[in-house]
Amino acid sequence: MSRTSSPYKVIGSRPLRPDGIDKVTGRALYGADVKLPGMLHGKVLRSPHAHARILSIDASAALALSGVRAVVTGDDMPSIGDKIADSGESVVNLRYVSNNLLARDRVLYYGHAVAAVAADNVHIAEDALRLIKVEYEVLPHVLDGRAAMRAGAPILLPELRTDELGKQGDAPTNVAAHIRHQRGDLAQGFAEADVIVERTFHTATVHQGYIEPQTATALWNEDDTLHIWCSTQGAFYVQEQVAELLQMPTSHIMVTPMEIGGGFGGKINVYLEPVAALLSRKTGRRPVKMTMTRADVLAGTGPTSGSYIRVKMGARHDGAFTAAEAELVYEAGAYPGSPVGSGCGSIFAAYKLENVQVDGYDVVVNRPKSAAYRAPGGTNAIFASESVVDELAEKLGLDPLALRLQNAVREGDRRVDGPVYNRIGYVETLEAARAHAHYQAPLTGKHRGRGVAAGFWFNWGGKSSVTASVNADGAVNLIEGSTDIGGSRASIAMQLAETLGIPYEDIRPQVVGTASVGYNDVTGGSRTTFGAGWAVYEVGNKLLAEMRQRAADYWDVPVEAVAVDNGVFTQNGDRLTFRELAGKLDVPVTVSASVHPQGYGPGFGLHIVDVEVDVETGKVTILRYTAVQDVGTAIHPSYVEGQLQGGAAQGVGWALNEEYVYDDEGRLLNTSLLDYRMPTTLDLPMIDTVLVEVPNPGHPYGVRGVGEVPIVPPAAALANAIYHATGARMHELPMSPARIVAKLAEVTP
Amino acid sequence: MIHEVWIPPVHRDLTGGLERVQVEAATVSALVAALDARFPGIAARLTRDGKLRPGIAIAIDGVLSPRGLRQRLHAPCEIHFVPAMAGG
Repeated sequence: MSRTSSPYKVIGSRPLRPDGIDKVTGRALYGADVKLPGMLHGKVLRSPHAHARILSIDASAALALSGVRAVVTGDDMPSIGDKIADSGESVVNLRYVSNNLLARDRVLYYGHAVAAVAADNVHIAEDALRLIKVEYEVLPHVLDGRAAMRAGAPILLPELRTDELGKQGDAPTNVAAHIRHQRGDLAQGFAEADVIVERTFHTATVHQGYIEPQTATALWNEDDTLHIWCSTQGAFYVQEQVAELLQMPTSHIMVTPMEIGGGFGGKINVYLEPVAALLSRKTGRRPVKMTMTRADVLAGTGPTSGSYIRVKMGARHDGAFTAAEAELVYEAGAYPGSPVGSGCGSIFAAYKLENVQVDGYDVVVNRPKSAAYRAPGGTNAIFASESVVDELAEKLGLDPLALRLQNAVREGDRRVDGPVYNRIGYVETLEAARAHAHYQAPLTGKHRGRGVAAGFWFNWGGKSSVTASVNADGAVNLIEGSTDIGGSRASIAMQLAETLGIPYEDIRPQVVGTASVGYNDVTGGSRTTFGAGWAVYEVGNKLLAEMRQRAADYWDVPVEAVAVDNGVFTQNGDRLTFRELAGKLDVPVTVSASVHPQGYGPGFGLHIVDVEVDVETGKVTILRYTAVQDVGTAIHPSYVEGQLQGGAAQGVGWALNEEYVYDDEGRLLNTSLLDYRMPTTLDLPMIDTVLVEVPNPGHPYGVRGVGEVPIVPPAAALANAIYHATGARMHELPMSPARIVAKLAEVTP
Repeated sequence: MIHEVWIPPVHRDLTGGLERVQVEAATVSALVAALDARFPGIAARLTRDGKLRPGIAIAIDGVLSPRGLRQRLHAPCEIHFVPAMAGG
């Protein structure tokens, strides 16, 4: 990008991140670094069964162990009825959330928390877990979504009835919800098609794979206030969840977010915080720290859904799509709430379709309750639809990017779930991909192939609050409440600097807890640079107005006589820079802003990947990878590029290796990163990025969320590349070496 | 003023299969009431205890409204009832 063409001074530059030095020197404080006087250590006992009734829990032997201070079970959790709570972007039944934290009468998956211990140290706590006697009655289990939908399947939640956007079913079921989007005449659309492709796909349960495990420390004070230090994507949402689950006033809970070692959606829900709080209260108000092991993380926290997806699409000889149909079955885990709604909305989001129907099913199974994972539900859905689009292109004899361009959505087109698109940059993204050197370069060699796939994400706005105050030296303290996961301290500070017309280095951002700033939604949904950016734009303009008034007071002129331009205040030949004026303030300047902007625009991407497949072993080597994306205005291009690279890397792991592996009894077998295979730097090539900047008209600087789109295309792009390398169409994730070898055996004469 | 309401496919059993209808209303609350007068039973599906049901969001001209039934409809618009969705 050329900086000379930019209308901005700060936006689009690549300054150092404010938290960089602390992080590279090891001084940054994470949740596991919390140490408080008299602190105890907590551990969780987990179910060894996929589905069982709890007949009794006897903790007497554990409590008799020297150094053990308390044991809690589900009976210690306040009793909560079927209360539905807003979880920020969706809704949850709090009784299910409570039962997921500590099981009551039944365990619903291997790893389900049953009891927790607080002890003088971790080792005693672990020994105590072994002394807790739990008597179970093992029940039949079901792991697969479609099996769970069949008559006669084990029922996980006897009271569950299918919800169809408010229409309730009347029989016990594992299908928590059915979603349908439908428009036009499907039969007529398929009748008009010259080519129809219909395929079924499966994707495995996969975990977010954040490197830092969940950790929380709680101190329940004598005045019944509660202080929590934790690793979270949203301190305010932790506060709200804990308040609901422990039936406390929100204002009695203070949450201090520590630095975070990754979240990707998995650190929105609470797992440890309420349990540590109960242990703190039960141990005589001592602080209790709980940190998960990797096995705890994989078995006890929410992965994203495995899924079954059927896609049928039709097109005329000229390439025009005539109809599309999909059925999506997403495994929610033990309680309702898979991302099937997002899957249904995104599966055909890239294409202009007049005749379309999508059915989605949210199905409970005996797996950990699913949680958000970067573009929740999108990767599954678009693996299926983009694989079918690739096959259509082949059958029609058309270039796969040309086919996508011909059918691409543009401003004014209608998405499958109803809304009409505002200004989007999908066409520009496809054109940039088609013109890219990677796509133009020939690919030769045996068992080598190139694949492409598109990606989409809705993005989100959410609520944001910030406070800014002016120091005497001209620097501006920026207090924000959004967890910084991907460099948002920098991207938000840059927008404030741009608004104020002062250098980026003069903004001093700090992320603080719930007691120190107004409400902020979670860092998720690709919202923070957009939403908090809106907030600093507002706060910057307020601050400039205050400073302008102070300049007028200083010069003793009406405020209208003072002009402000690029951080300089002038009137009738007098001139003060922002810094000079800051040094002359008699009364401090502090301003706040809270916003809930709605103008977030969706994002689109297109990935190109070249692979070489070892047909003997099934190993896939990625030779070259390019991620192209409409990113709106790139505030800090390095961090935008990092989002594209990180999303692609996670998508590669999802596509090629990652999956939860269970035995016949429903026990999770791969609870370490040795066996749950995530890609390392040795598995990945340099991921090239192309930032297509189509400014979002719903933001003063054109910001568009960028973090989620790039995990969506990799699975489909790799599947298409593997096909073009080998002739084997892969319809199941992960496309592991064993599955590729098996598929090659099917298709090779 | 008159708005275009897209009926969710799972509720078209109440509208005789109609995909979209024209409704005059000044708020979403009034709009739901008008829908219910014409298609009895639809309000019970979309609302509970004076609010949109949990899990249902309303999109007005493509933008999700955080105000639910309280949302005023200042100009003729297109309205969708959609499932709430989550990001990560």
